[in-house]
Amino acid sequence: MTSHTQLYEIFIRSQRGLDHKHVGSLHADDAEQALQYARDVYTRRSEGVSIWAVKSSDIAASQESDCGSFYDPLDDKPYRHASHYDLPDEVKSL
Amino acid sequence: MGTEISVKEYVVRLGDDALILGHRLSEWCRNAPFLEEDLALSNVALDFIGRARMFYTYAAELSGEEVTEDTFAYQRDCRDFKNHLIHELPRGDFAFTMVRQYFVDVYSLAFMTSLLESSDSRLAAIAGKAIKESEYHLRRSEEWMMRLGESTQESHRRLQSAVDELWRFTGELFDQDSPERELVANGVAVDTRALEADWNRTITATMSKISIEIPKDELQVTGGREGKHTEFLGFLLSELQFLQRAYPGLEW
Repeated sequence: MTSHTQLYEIFIRSQRGLDHKHVGSLHADDAEQALQYARDVYTRRSEGVSIWAVKSSDIAASQESDCGSFYDPLDDKPYRHASHYDLPDEVKSL
Repeated sequence: MGTEISVKEYVVRLGDDALILGHRLSEWCRNAPFLEEDLALSNVALDFIGRARMFYTYAAELSGEEVTEDTFAYQRDCRDFKNHLIHELPRGDFAFTMVRQYFVDVYSLAFMTSLLESSDSRLAAIAGKAIKESEYHLRRSEEWMMRLGESTQESHRRLQSAVDELWRFTGELFDQDSPERELVANGVAVDTRALEADWNRTITATMSKISIEIPKDELQVTGGREGKHTEFLGFLLSELQFLQRAYPGLEW
């Protein structure tokens, strides 16, 4: 069975107003079945009010080998952080 | 032998239907074809066992004795169970389980929608909860009919043989004995005979979409509501009731 099915990534919104969070993945034949299985696998304890199912193959993911070129160049640019600004007293956090 | 059954007996009948099917479905736990379906089937099983608890708890209150929901589930023998036979048939292969489920889901949704109008407010409340479950069950089992019907020759063949085997147990769902009909007249019970035409239409439409033939003029098997069961119920009960029979009153 599993050989015919596709992998789906499941995202669940736990409350209205919050964003969908990735909770895991599962196998299904198509999107409708993926939604049903997501309901049965990931919302058994009332975890959600909304489900997204996305084909895993549709996700473009960065690779471990990209880390150097992606993130290292940012190490010497502290001025991009807001921490250098003097905060007005009224602002509690930034 | 009186000619009428009490509301309590009617409630127990409905509880029996739910418990026996729930147990059959629970047998798929860790045996389903793959993990996702295993969890899904177990969820459906729990819905039916939960439904049985609601009916039995109400029946226990109506008994007004030292009776609890467990008394109905664990301390009665085959002849006391009044479930429709279709629920007690062994789970068979996956196609058999899903065809039974589809037949039952179409029936249950109509049944619970009608029970919502019951003059008995407790029954109406149980129906209100059960309807939402049945809507989901039906969405699942109907999809499986399409999936199995359109997938491979093998799945189509298994689907057809499940329909052939199960058809003779469907008539009983709409066959009401006269005591139950009196409760229909009182507005308590569901008039299941009124559900038959719609049920047939729905099933026929689905089966024709996937080129599954429905048996014609099949002799219908009945007896569940009288406590006359297939040979399978005893084995089911011996597993279901084992713990309470071996250690009466055992608690968690």
